[in-house]
Amino acid sequence: MKKEDVPQEFGLNDGQKEVNYAVDSSGHYTLEQSAGWEVKTIALRQAWEAIVDQLVLELAAIKAGRKSPLAYHMVKNQMDPTLLSQYSGVACWRVKRHLKPKVFARLKPAALTLYADLFGVSVEQLRDVPEQPDLEFAEEDVETDSL
Amino acid sequence: MKIDFPHRQFAHCESGVTANLLNYHGFPCSEALVFGIGGGLFFGHVPFFKINFLPLTTFRVGPGGIFSKATKRLGIEVVKEKFRDPVAAEKKLDHLLQSGRPVGAQTGVFWLPFFPPAYRFHFNGHNLVVIGKEGDDYLISDPIFEETVRCPSEDLRKARFAKGALAPKGKIYYIEKMPEHFDLPSAVIAGIREVCRGMLKTPVPLAGVRGIRLLARRMTRWPDKLGEKKTLLYLGHVIRMQEEIGTGGGGFRFLYAAFLQEAAGILENDRLLELSEHCTQIGDLWRDFALLASRVCKKRVTIEDSFEELAQLLNRCADEEEILFNALATEIK
Repeated sequence: MKKEDVPQEFGLNDGQKEVNYAVDSSGHYTLEQSAGWEVKTIALRQAWEAIVDQLVLELAAIKAGRKSPLAYHMVKNQMDPTLLSQYSGVACWRVKRHLKPKVFARLKPAALTLYADLFGVSVEQLRDVPEQPDLEFAEEDVETDSL
Repeated sequence: MKIDFPHRQFAHCESGVTANLLNYHGFPCSEALVFGIGGGLFFGHVPFFKINFLPLTTFRVGPGGIFSKATKRLGIEVVKEKFRDPVAAEKKLDHLLQSGRPVGAQTGVFWLPFFPPAYRFHFNGHNLVVIGKEGDDYLISDPIFEETVRCPSEDLRKARFAKGALAPKGKIYYIEKMPEHFDLPSAVIAGIREVCRGMLKTPVPLAGVRGIRLLARRMTRWPDKLGEKKTLLYLGHVIRMQEEIGTGGGGFRFLYAAFLQEAAGILENDRLLELSEHCTQIGDLWRDFALLASRVCKKRVTIEDSFEELAQLLNRCADEEEILFNALATEIK
């Protein structure tokens, strides 16, 4: 990659620039800052959209009474029952039970607090789920057609 | 308290951390040199090992390898420690900082508040240097950021004890003693030898150039086997592994080309300059692959039209890398 080819396109990095390695006109390698590359932005955005898609499914399941609100918060924090079990110290089979609405409704405050603290929300927020996925990962970019 | 630690921004976390630590302890060196001596370059595709339900594809050696091997080959004494108890882990860290020693730490990315939200995934192979503490905040030199950053102690504790694949278990590492003198040429040769072996002579077909060809073969079958949606997710994952923060571009190939350029001077071998140029061209090929793959992900071109071409690009990468590392292996014999 040549120095002048280091992409300065829209990135999802909050204005943080990252380093690329590129050769200057005399053929020497230099460290060049890059604002972002559309290729990367597409791939990164795709990963987040997959999570949002999953959240939409979870919300529908919760509305239909098939899953508890815990399922939403778990997916929002990019976890599955195994990972949530490791973080919370609650056995995996119990985490899976807590994903059922009836079991979740009977949970003691201590158990709810445990999950709420882990996700950084209040117990009320843990019991509640939004209408639409409230995952904020990046500002919208201006659609460019350079590709 | 804050240690006077020269922070330099680099492309990759672990080699950046190592380079900054060595620099602090009186051995000024570039990130590329550390990356090369530590034998950082690699390729691996393990279809049956899933991360976030996506097959593992990697362009570098496993976490911790670059620091361990680079310091070992340079004859530097280091201390590495893991913890079971977060309180003990924090105490030890504070104690080391008090004694004026910058400390490297392995962390998860998900819990680090100074990361841009879009980059906060459950990835536990991140590295940073803790260089001080003010009140309840740790001061951190994270080489992928332009400036040093602050991090509340609770968040750093969570990050040091992140769970899941590659769980860091509070791992810290620091430099105990620097040697009297360095044998740079033999360290460089050892690093190059390791990469050549990893890329050319692996017993399993999942690694090195065989791994790239495996990915090319399997990729052509994705559309039929997985359906469109999953195919695009798999493809996007390869792009992320190749180009995400910390690779310096082209799946570490540009970083390695920079190393070869430096190695040419150290080993007084101009042939390595040509090989560096070749490595740059290979990096460009990988970028071409990522560019086309991203267009497929964005549905600007169809899967049918482009998967053959994607596989061909990968096979070309494999062919070129085979030539490069064979030539490199003969140069250091």
